[in-house]
Amino acid sequence: MKAEASVKEQTATKTGADLLVESLIEQGVDTLFGYPGGAVLPIYDAIYRAEGSFDHVLPRHEQGAIHAAEGYARVANRAGVVIGTSGPGATNLVTGIADAMMDSIPLVVFTGQVAKGVIGTDAFQESDIMGITTPITKHNYQVQNIEELPRIVKEAFHIATTGRPGPVVVDIPKDISSEVYAKDVIHHFHLPGYQPTLKPNPLQITKLHDALKQAKKPVILTGSGIIHAGASEELRTFVRNYEIPVVSTLLGLGSYPGSDRLSLGMGGMHGTYAANMALYECDLLINIGARFDDRLTGNLKHFAPTAKVAHVDIDPAEIGKNVPASIPIVSDAKAALKALNNKEVTSLDHKEWLDQSWARKADYPLWYHQKDEDIVPQWLVKKVYDYTRGEAVVTTDVGQHQMWAAQYYHFDEPNRWVTSGGLGTMGYGFPAAIGAQLADLESTCVAIVGDGGFQMTLQELSVLQERGLPVKIIIVNNQALGMVRQWQEKFYDGRFSSSIIDTQPDFVKLAESYQIPGYFIDSPKTLEEVLPDILANDKPAVVDCRVLQSENVYPMIAPGKGLHEMIGVKP
Amino acid sequence: MKRIVTAIVHNRSGVLNRVTGLLAKRQFNIESISVGRTETEGVSKMTFVVDVEDNRKLEQLTKQLNKQIDVLKVSDITDNAIVARELALVKVISNPQIRSEIQGIIEPFRATIIDVSKESVTVQVTGKSDKVDALIELLRPYGVKELARTGLTAFKRGNQPQQAEVKSYSLLN
Ligand SMILES: Cc1ncc(C[n+]2csc(CCOP(=O)(O)OP(=O)(O)O)c2C)c(N)n1
Ligand SMILES: [Mg+2]
Repeated sequence: MKAEASVKEQTATKTGADLLVESLIEQGVDTLFGYPGGAVLPIYDAIYRAEGSFDHVLPRHEQGAIHAAEGYARVANRAGVVIGTSGPGATNLVTGIADAMMDSIPLVVFTGQVAKGVIGTDAFQESDIMGITTPITKHNYQVQNIEELPRIVKEAFHIATTGRPGPVVVDIPKDISSEVYAKDVIHHFHLPGYQPTLKPNPLQITKLHDALKQAKKPVILTGSGIIHAGASEELRTFVRNYEIPVVSTLLGLGSYPGSDRLSLGMGGMHGTYAANMALYECDLLINIGARFDDRLTGNLKHFAPTAKVAHVDIDPAEIGKNVPASIPIVSDAKAALKALNNKEVTSLDHKEWLDQSWARKADYPLWYHQKDEDIVPQWLVKKVYDYTRGEAVVTTDVGQHQMWAAQYYHFDEPNRWVTSGGLGTMGYGFPAAIGAQLADLESTCVAIVGDGGFQMTLQELSVLQERGLPVKIIIVNNQALGMVRQWQEKFYDGRFSSSIIDTQPDFVKLAESYQIPGYFIDSPKTLEEVLPDILANDKPAVVDCRVLQSENVYPMIAPGKGLHEMIGVKP
Repeated sequence: MKRIVTAIVHNRSGVLNRVTGLLAKRQFNIESISVGRTETEGVSKMTFVVDVEDNRKLEQLTKQLNKQIDVLKVSDITDNAIVARELALVKVISNPQIRSEIQGIIEPFRATIIDVSKESVTVQVTGKSDKVDALIELLRPYGVKELARTGLTAFKRGNQPQQAEVKSYSLLN
């Protein structure tokens, strides 16, 4: 993309808000997630007047809007667009902005601001959203003049969606959005300091190809960079050509088919034995689009200690940040894989390694003890997987249920898995499902949430009611902040400080008050009777599924331990 | 190790905040920052003196700076032939009797007295940071009432020696 392009355009009498609306239409935006207020009244007026141009989703809390936009962005693979008013509207968006920054989700977030003349006077509903969001945005702008508004919107979308994606905030003072403007608008796209490297250095590709030929124990680590780049096809070709075992990060799930024989599952803190041992013992680690997060690596001293590391990332700052790379490849994942696939395919001398990996996969599967009377949460996820034939779009909240979803729901396609990885944001799962469902109306969309996290953003049930969106909310109800309870059991001698929640709302009645079908399931038998239909029909559902509280997520790498020091590998 | 890193930035509002905030967030030790306009309209230059543990940390620093949309170019110029200067203003307690003594001390440093009052003189000194340090130490016994330093600003010399010679021109190690 050329960094400079000038287009002059004749416009009739318009307000700044009209210019914004036009710019959004020009970007192909058709869905907005937002909440009105004083500082964005001119923008909401322009949206009203542009009737039919957008589907505006009104959540019941700004946090709901931004997580929905994230879910939308993940599934649609395009920017999510958010609008919030100044002050509290903007600060309510902060968690979602930080979440999108950590997980490289493309968002363009418009915040209203008090009029330019009173900025800095602690005016009503003023907050320094530029200052607040600077560390948690890829970039942010405050519009200073009406004529630069179209340019800024263009740049914001470009920055959010190219290179390593991320959130961009555009702060618009109210006097600018209400200003009448009748001059020429100059779109002057000007980003000389932003030129992401998209194509790999051929020398590094050759180096990787040579290393591959030498490798006896190669492994591929797939991160969400593959999904952002839309490189799943190229990845499959690459894996097929060389028959290399694949380990995924939490966010990379679905980039390679989870049910394939070469997939070893997820690595990291709650990864499979086969995956973590492959990372531990490999002699060549090919990381494509993962950032070597600490939840994946465990203690860095024991991470891939004997491996030559090749690291493909579009963000050069990720290469060498946590793990030194001897083959650094700054590139878009798709371009890098294409370049690799253009090299001559040679068969590797790694039969022993493959056999060993498969043996581990067979000998150390994920495990749980099935119960007759109680619902085991792992089994619940497995049933959701079976009943949806592995084809659902799945969102999760954060906690034990999230890890079980990652372990037991095998994603064979990208853009079907929506979870908060880097920030670990409770309250994410349900609103994200609203956005995910809007991005893909055809698929079954299941929000697997905890009883704790669901209660952080359940006000968005109103959106399901309003739109009849058939999102299926499965509450993995262990009546506890399960992940906290697990850590207290393991590392604080079972002192369950503020992690057991005996008091629960009647989720069925709650659902019904929003005219959404509610279900209470507390036995495996009922589950098998009612869940298939719930997941198959075209109505929304809230399913309060009571599960065994004492279950822990295994295997587990305790904090400070290495990949090979997993506990709970076998029953 | 101390390094001199310069960043050419697009002079948009918030860029200083973004750059300093990022250095703080990633826990880089900054000894000084100086910022000012350049020969190009709308473009400013920042000069950082940083104390980093090792090359990997240094690489992170330049990469993180480079990643910012409004940062146009980042250079670690420590090992180049450079001109680097800092300015300091030092207000020293002095009466008319010791004023000439102070004059004598500052002369070899090519510093100047730019303000005089009954109880003090203000000395202006320009130079490399270690020269500024040395003068301040010499003035300290007289009583330093006020001290202000600009932080280092630097760029590469017009002529760059061959790679092999470069080290000897290095300002900080
Ligand atoms: C906003 C927020 N607050 C606190 C936490 C810390 N935290 C991580 S998991 C967890 C427990 C979540 O409980 P629940 O939603 O019931 O899920 P479970 O672990 O029981 O499956 C908590 C409190 C967090 N991740 N996010
Ligand atoms: Mg729970």
